[in-house]
Amino acid sequence: MNAPANVASNSAPPHPAHGKPRSRRFPLDVRQLSLVGVLIALAVVGTLTKPDEFLAAENLRLILTQASVIGVVTVGVTFVIIGGGIDLSVGAVVALASVWATTVATQDFGLGGMLLCSVLVGLGCGLVNGLLIAYGPMVPFIATLAMLAAARGLALQISDGKTQVVTVDAVLDLGVQDSYVLGVPPIVLVFALVCVIGWLLLNRTTFGRRTVAVGGNPEASRLAGIAVKRQRLLLYLLSGLCCGIAAFLLIILTGSGQNTNGNLYELDAIAAAIIGGTLLSGGRGTILGSVLGVLVFTTITNLFALNNLQTDIQQIAKGAIIVAAVLVQKGRSTT
Amino acid sequence: MPLLTMSEITKSFPGVRALDGVDLDVAEGEVHCLLGQNGAGKSTLIKVLSGAHQPDAGRLTWRDRPVRLPTPVSAMRLGIATIYQELDLVEHVSVAENIFLGHEIATRGIVRPREARARAAALLARLGHPEIDPAATVGSLSAAGAQIVSMARALSHDARLIIMDEPSAALDPDEVGNLFRIVESLTADGVSVVYISHRLEEIRRIGDRVSVLKDGRVVARDLPARTTPTDELVARMTGRDVRHVFPDRPGRPPRSEPVLRVEGLAREGEFAPVDLELRPGEIVGLAGLVGSGRSEILETLYGARRPTAGRVLVDGRPLRPGSIPAAVRAGIGLAPEERKSQALLMLESVTRNVTVSCLPRFSRGGWLDRARERAAAHRHTRDLALSPDDPERPVRTFSGGNQQKAVLARWLLRGCRVLLLDEPTRGVDAGARAELYAVVRRLADEGVCVLLVSSELPEVLGLADRVLVLREGRVVHEAPARELDEHRVLDLVMEGSPA
Repeated sequence: MNAPANVASNSAPPHPAHGKPRSRRFPLDVRQLSLVGVLIALAVVGTLTKPDEFLAAENLRLILTQASVIGVVTVGVTFVIIGGGIDLSVGAVVALASVWATTVATQDFGLGGMLLCSVLVGLGCGLVNGLLIAYGPMVPFIATLAMLAAARGLALQISDGKTQVVTVDAVLDLGVQDSYVLGVPPIVLVFALVCVIGWLLLNRTTFGRRTVAVGGNPEASRLAGIAVKRQRLLLYLLSGLCCGIAAFLLIILTGSGQNTNGNLYELDAIAAAIIGGTLLSGGRGTILGSVLGVLVFTTITNLFALNNLQTDIQQIAKGAIIVAAVLVQKGRSTT
Repeated sequence: MPLLTMSEITKSFPGVRALDGVDLDVAEGEVHCLLGQNGAGKSTLIKVLSGAHQPDAGRLTWRDRPVRLPTPVSAMRLGIATIYQELDLVEHVSVAENIFLGHEIATRGIVRPREARARAAALLARLGHPEIDPAATVGSLSAAGAQIVSMARALSHDARLIIMDEPSAALDPDEVGNLFRIVESLTADGVSVVYISHRLEEIRRIGDRVSVLKDGRVVARDLPARTTPTDELVARMTGRDVRHVFPDRPGRPPRSEPVLRVEGLAREGEFAPVDLELRPGEIVGLAGLVGSGRSEILETLYGARRPTAGRVLVDGRPLRPGSIPAAVRAGIGLAPEERKSQALLMLESVTRNVTVSCLPRFSRGGWLDRARERAAAHRHTRDLALSPDDPERPVRTFSGGNQQKAVLARWLLRGCRVLLLDEPTRGVDAGARAELYAVVRRLADEGVCVLLVSSELPEVLGLADRVLVLREGRVVHEAPARELDEHRVLDLVMEGSPA
């Protein structure tokens, strides 16, 4: 074993051949393929039980529309989780942003004012979360839990518990059929755009690379000279921004803002990210997986509604899918 | 009749044979001391004895009966207790609960706290520390107090053999005296002790026999602890071995201006003010025991810890203290001690591990040019002869030596001028070591200055041009490496302790 003291020597020990080269990967990995399989299975079930209704364009549009709001939130949450954090406040922030953007005073500024308000409220909450976590002494779970409580409370206070109806026509018009682009509602287009931007951000930018690094090994990232705190702050800002966008989509969808909006979005978003293959401990995850996760959950909801089944069974099915998805991943990822 | 006999115990890890046919026996009521340099196999031996590792081959005999220790619990049942260097206590929990952790005093699952406290108090009294309150939390105790609790836990198992891994490392001199009294009273009761320490004077005071471990083998046994001269012990621990083949040093001493200057850098409680100059092409080594402040100096210099005094200058310009980005911008790079937890993104490819420190170079407005990124990373990994030559594979599939090359490539890509190496060959096997040494020397020849920390003395002496010897946070000696030998340095770092 006495290698010559020569830098260019090829005498390094042979390697156990773990895994294959990953330079040319198929775009979908095992866990995503399995989610696609689940989606297909759900579609088959839908077609068999309600042959006329499930595959109708109207129903598919409904599924996508319902997936859009939680989908946008999930993209933000996916980034936070890959970066090693968690955001429990997203549902409450969506509620707060939707309420704030639909007050009589905000509606005076029209569509632009409402959109700006919604986004700024989201960013503001993200900023507070990020500062408390990155530069303050708080762990993500606690800081965003506190934000959950506070944002819900503030939303209730602003709206006084009442549904705030939107009177701005420009906003309401975005929800009706006339505004569809090639048969696709604008809400769904926004969701698609957020997904594409999210994918590019994660896979093609320094921001995405640093997110993975900080989530995968914060100490190594710090010692490699990455500004870990700034990265964490940016991640919560991003999550807040997604909440602001989602809130505006919800306003378009429902024509109103209420303090009960976004209930349990945090759990749905985290569950979608996890079954999509994002590691809860950070460092690995994909936008595509999260989107598939959202679509699976939304399609289940749709199937149960079409077949007039109770929501309790639906919840049980959701739980079973989360467990099954994680089991599939654990079985496959022990390399 | 020996209490415990180990024969031909062998244990390998990927790339490293940690134990290579170890024979050892421990008699009843004796203090058997184990000596050896870092990497000699002591920790692995302890782990085999405590049931934490399974030997690949070899036999264990306990009171003339062959035994297996598949789990730590089975070792405890047999009567083997281990007190690790890093105490394994639960801080927020009371002394009594810690002592009986895992074998709680309970009836049908209901704990009996009063009896636990009473029995804990009895054990603590037997150890000469009746003043420790069994109801206090362990976190509120001193290091010495925590150690007593660890020992009480060992006794609570009715241990017949207690393994102590550097038990005095965290203790003040008078506490060490008490430790010795405890060891003496234990052996008087017939309990055996395997005592591991770097401090020869301790071994002289309480040891009966000494065995010396080197490269996974017992190279000397049955040496009388009290009378064997230091020279002989040190000679047994050192000596040539195959792992250390060093590149030649350049003939001329470097003359140019220093790149890095450290002026009176200090951190209270860790190391006293250090002055240091590094010139291009120079490799400077820091020698000392674990806890002598070696790694702390490196990390403070790098900005990972904030100094309490002094400053670091690169090209005459002072760095902002306590800022890693400032150090990195100035051209300093660190290959940290714990490669896996401190340097690498284990799930990512080698390429991504290499480029993580200079992503902006491959991006415009945050947008990555991945082709350029890959090309740059590949250039450096090929230059360092990464093997196999496939940097797109996840870094976790590479051997230790090649993982270290990924870390080095990271800093070379960055154009780093000062390289801080903390235990660069830990977990790297023999052949790959020589290769890494050659890489480091070549980098120095190309004008990088290197500050090297290693627990393995031959490595420091063989690779460095100049060596600073540290003991308990102070530089006690500085000399060109060729004027030092292992004896001299070991004497310096071991003999005088504690100061």
